[in-house]
Amino acid sequence: MGIDRREFLKIIGASAAFALGGMTIVDAIVKDDAEAAQYTPEPGALVAGQWAMVIDMWKFKTEDDRKRVIDACNSAHNIPDFGEAKDEVKWIWDDSFEHAFPETEQKYLQASLEKMPFLLMCNHCENPPCVRVCPTKATFKRSDGIVMQDMHRCIGCRFCMAACPYGSRSFNWSDPRPYIKHENPNYPTRTKGVVEKCTFCVERLAKGEMPACVEASNGAMVFGDLKDPNSKVRKLLESTYTIRRKPELGTGPNIYYVIRGADNA
Amino acid sequence: MYNGGKILLGILIFLALATFPFYNNIGKADVEPKPSIDTPAIQKLSEKKCIEPTAFMKAEHMVLLNEWRDLAVRDNNRVYVAGDGKKYTISLQNTCMKCHSNKKEFCDKCHNYAGVSPYCWDCHLAPKEGK
Repeated sequence: MGIDRREFLKIIGASAAFALGGMTIVDAIVKDDAEAAQYTPEPGALVAGQWAMVIDMWKFKTEDDRKRVIDACNSAHNIPDFGEAKDEVKWIWDDSFEHAFPETEQKYLQASLEKMPFLLMCNHCENPPCVRVCPTKATFKRSDGIVMQDMHRCIGCRFCMAACPYGSRSFNWSDPRPYIKHENPNYPTRTKGVVEKCTFCVERLAKGEMPACVEASNGAMVFGDLKDPNSKVRKLLESTYTIRRKPELGTGPNIYYVIRGADNA
Repeated sequence: MYNGGKILLGILIFLALATFPFYNNIGKADVEPKPSIDTPAIQKLSEKKCIEPTAFMKAEHMVLLNEWRDLAVRDNNRVYVAGDGKKYTISLQNTCMKCHSNKKEFCDKCHNYAGVSPYCWDCHLAPKEGK
């Protein structure tokens, strides 16, 4: 003879109670929070709510000044020189005012601006379109605002390159190793088939150092925390007129460019 | 059977070739790879031990490195606290390879033996060593 309704309900209730109770016991025994405690950030690391940079192109007097800054980055990060514009890998580069700020186009531009090259790099956007399109989450935004790239995860689909309105991302069409002039043994290279860009020198910030370009710029580039009202960048933004690249797109770029009148040139 | 002799001969030759690796290696002891830890940096250590016990490093170094890369790159946790409480900077190039500067004799020995080719060094630079 089978079981009656009352018996059936008893069995169901008992097994449900056992299943729920059993899980809590298992959870109590199997703990893996010991793992997480084994890792800490570096003690002397620079921290911020949102890293940002203010660049004053008027402080770059000659081409050598700009080249020094670009070279500092290139040699610190093992950036290859493929020798061809279409294969170019660039973290920091220069271009004309017209190309950097196309939306400000006007026929009768202040003469000093027309000829002035601007140093460009990843804007570490507040709302980065590259992060939104990345299918593997290889590129992501850190809590300190840096748009970071995890080369281990990059599959080279180049969606981020299409999404970035600033042209800040470059693709390695071939193995970059043979094209690196001076290898920095303390920093990795990249491999064929990954996208790379400026990282605001996360590896230097972790050691308590300023980014390589800032260090080489002799004060023309200022780096700091945008969320801290007493930081150097905030003081500069309050006291000088600055513009950003393509702010109308809503990406929230974090590189600010000081603009001075012709009399200050 | 047509051409029976030729077919049998063919089968025999095929079997002889296909089983060559087996009878060729019968009785020979398997040579275990012995990764060398003879580098200047390790010679200088008073106590020759890695960041964790050797047995753990042998079996689990790939798991540890995988964890390291995620924690350093994604969470910005760049210090590893070892089981004995000592702290190490998380970096393949600047921590592991500073002691194990002999990639060919240390890493490659076992990796080749096990037939694995990890892509660490596609990007991470191995220390320069004489060829």
